[in-house]
Order: sequence, then structure tokens, then C-alpha cells
Amino acid sequence: MSQSVLYDAPGPRAIRRSRVTSVVSAVLIALGIAWLIFTLASPRETAGGSTQVGLFDASRWDILLDAAVWRALWRGVQGTLQMAGAAAVLAMIIGILFSFGRTARTAWIRVPTAVLLEFFRGMPVLLMMLFVLLVFASGSYVAGVAALAVYNGALIGEILRAGIASLPRGQAEAGLAIGLTPTATRFLIEFPQAFRQMLPIIIAQMVVLLKDTALAYIVGYPELLRIGVNNLSNFYGNAYFFTLFFVVLVIYLVINLSLSWVARFVARRTGSKAVVAKIPRRGIFGRTRGTAAPTDDGADDGAAGKS
Amino acid sequence: MDAIIEGLPLFIDGFLVTLSLLGVAGMGALGIGIVVAAMRISPVASLRMIATVYTELVRNTPLTLLLFGCAFVLPYLGVRLDYFTLAAIGLTVYTSPFVAEALRSGVNGVSIGQAEAARSIGLTFGQTLGFVVMPQAIRMVIPPLINVFIALTKNTSVAGGFFVLELFAQSRRVINNRGDEVLAILLAVAFFYLIITVPLGLIAGAIEKRVAVLR
Repeated sequence: MSQSVLYDAPGPRAIRRSRVTSVVSAVLIALGIAWLIFTLASPRETAGGSTQVGLFDASRWDILLDAAVWRALWRGVQGTLQMAGAAAVLAMIIGILFSFGRTARTAWIRVPTAVLLEFFRGMPVLLMMLFVLLVFASGSYVAGVAALAVYNGALIGEILRAGIASLPRGQAEAGLAIGLTPTATRFLIEFPQAFRQMLPIIIAQMVVLLKDTALAYIVGYPELLRIGVNNLSNFYGNAYFFTLFFVVLVIYLVINLSLSWVARFVARRTGSKAVVAKIPRRGIFGRTRGTAAPTDDGADDGAAGKS
Repeated sequence: MDAIIEGLPLFIDGFLVTLSLLGVAGMGALGIGIVVAAMRISPVASLRMIATVYTELVRNTPLTLLLFGCAFVLPYLGVRLDYFTLAAIGLTVYTSPFVAEALRSGVNGVSIGQAEAARSIGLTFGQTLGFVVMPQAIRMVIPPLINVFIALTKNTSVAGGFFVLELFAQSRRVINNRGDEVLAILLAVAFFYLIITVPLGLIAGAIEKRVAVLR
């Protein structure tokens, strides 16, 4: 529903009212930000009785001039991207396998796959990471990649299944009619279309995956958050904690917002209006009405859409 | 097996903390989410913009980073709270944009004709929303909203990394004591999560099917 149906084109009074609301809310927000900055900037008494300089004091920010800090942060970004990349590739493969299993004609394959899928989707990713870490005594990298791959693989499997289900039946029938085996039909005819149609949702899922690599912080993997906020502030001293936190936050926002932007761009490019409509803007969340696509967003955000 | 029996009191403690996190953060996120969703569909452009910026910023921040902020940056602002409350605040903030998006997608799912009809008989924005659009939107919003709460349930585990003794943290403690039965312990903990998430998912699926038939 477009915005405009909910209300008339505003008349003079409504315009005035809306201006007043705008100004008031702008002032409130400005006051809030000013308070925040003021509080952060004011010096603090510590428990020991000494005074710490405010958070915006230059002495808290000088490490950003140190190239070693940026090299360390870059290692963190690399760690994050490596884990996300490996997990994304594996998740795609696992997703294809899952969608195969769930659409299999034999109940012996279909039912266990469904149970497994529900299990993986209902469990916290963090618990899976701990699981792999302890049971297989793998390093934190392998644990993180495996957990993210399996969890997101389950979600991508459902996305692909929805994509296949949304194809016209004639597509598969035509494949079978020209003598392709069911497997060949799936790979040559159905998957390419389903994949293309679901690409925006899949990319959105990748944003979630990237965000979830931050969970590997808790099992000790040196990714952006651990290196940036933990290791660096241990090394340079706690005074820099806020600075590093702020920088890491900005880096995450830049990476994730640009990926989200790619997802939206692809959604527009792939054209199919139906799919675009299925994606509630950034796609990640929940199904919109009437669509079979379980665009859950994952770990964290999204959830196990049952369909 | 004895590790599970031994650890059961701890698991139940943790489970209760997980449930209270879910309850507190769920209610909080619902409250903020409703406000943000209302702002995003309101006629006032500045409110729409504020809500959009909030949604985008929070959604693109990893939960771990957000909880980090709550646990270690909020105290800079003079907030003196225990870690449970801080974690609940973090989870609330993190979940709220997803609630807002679920609500908004429900409002968007109501067909234009409904709102047009309401407008044409002279209802105001508030009346259109309250009497015509919302009652229909709520029905469609429930399944995605349940999905948000399932995600929230799983996300409470992250609080375990920040000194909150919920299910995930408790399982780590039990494993420290009984390293010999890691597999059994982890499966037991997974079971506790699944008894929240799987039924919720089934309910969401059932409601969705019913709504789909009605439409």
C-alpha cells in the first residue's frame, strides 16, 4: 500500500501540523544527541578517585594515527571476510543439498531431511559453534564456518525450495518430456531459474551471515570485533576502548550497508516484480504476505519460518 | 547421562533466565517496534526519516557488538545496571527494528482498496489505521512476528557471552565440570532451545496457512 492512500494530500493545517511535529522531533533528537555528546565528553571520576578525560579528548583518539592499529583492524576485517566467504560458499552447497532432500520423492529421504532442517533452524548458531568446537576439537575458525554454513545452509535450502515451488509446473514437465532425468531437470532447468529468482533474498541472507561472524567472537575467533575492541584495547589500554568500539561499529556499518545496497540493487535489476515485492525492502525479514518464500533472516534475525 | 542429570538444576536455572530475557526483551521490542512502525508509515516526513535511519543502523550492527556496547559503553554514560538488564536492553534494541519491519510488512499487505474505501467515507488517518487497516494487518503480522520472537529466543544465547547466566552460559559451566560428556550436554541444551523454537514455528506455520486460505 503506498503511503499516500492512508491520508489525503495535506492541506494548509496538516502541513503546519506536520512542520511543527518535524521541528519538535528534530529539536528533541538534537537535544538527545547533545546530551549524549556532552555526557561522553565530560571527564569522569573513577572509583580510584582519579579523573579520566572525556571521551572526545584528543588523547583518546591519537591511536588512530598509528598505522599498526589500522593494520590490526585490517587483519580483523580479513578474519571476518574469510569466515563469511568460506561459510557462504559452503552454505550454498548445503542449501542445494537440503532443497534436494526436502523435495525428494522418497519419504525416506524427505522426512529425515525435514527433521534435520528444523533442528538446525531451531538451534542458536552460537550453540552450534560451541558444539563443533568442543565435539570435534576443531579450531574456532572451523567451528565458526561450520556452524554458519549449516545454519544458513538450512535457510538457503528453504529459500531455494520456495523458488522451485514458485516455478510454473511446465518447466519441470518440459525437461522430463525431452528425456532429461529428474536430476538433470533439477540442475539444468529448475535450479538456474530458482536461483536467479531468489538471488536478492540469498544475498540478503549473506548479509546476515556476515553479521553473524561476530558471534565467533564468543568462541575466540580473531575477527573484527575481537581484534578491534578486545585485543587492541587490551594492548593500548582501556582508555581507548570507546574509540575502538566506535571505529569497529563504523566499519561494520559500512560493510553491511554496502552489501545490503547490493542486495537491493540486484533485486531491482533482476526485474521480476513479484520477487521484488516479496522482499520487504532489505529482504531479510520474515515472509511478506502470500509468498511461499521463507526469507528468514537468520540467526539472528530471523527466524525459522516454517513453510 | 549422569552429566545431564547432575547439570539439570543448572540447565533449568539457565532456561528460566533465557525465558525471562525472552519475555523482557520481547515486550520491550514490541513496544519500540510499534512506535517505529507507526513512525515509518506516518504522514510526517521527518518521523519517517528518523525511523528509517534507526532501522537501518540497528539492523546492520551485529548483535555481539550491540551487547558489547550495552555491557561496556552504557556504563560510561552513568548507567549502573546489572548485566541481565543491560543484555535485555541490547536484545530489545536489536529486535525492535525487526518487529517494526514485520508490522510494516503487515500494513503493506492490506490491499489498497481497503484504505481507499476508508478514506473515501471520510475517515481520518487515525481512524483508517485503527478501524480498517490495523485489524486486518495484525492477522497477517502474527506469523512474521512469531518468527522474530523465535530469532530472539536464539539470540538470547549471545547474552551468555556477556556474563548473563542463561542457558548457553550454564551449558558452558556444566561442560567445564564434565568435559567427558560434551556431546550429551550440548544435545540436552539444544533440546531446551528447541522446546521454545519448534512449537512457536509450528504455530506460525499453522496461522499462516489459515490466513492464506482466508484471503
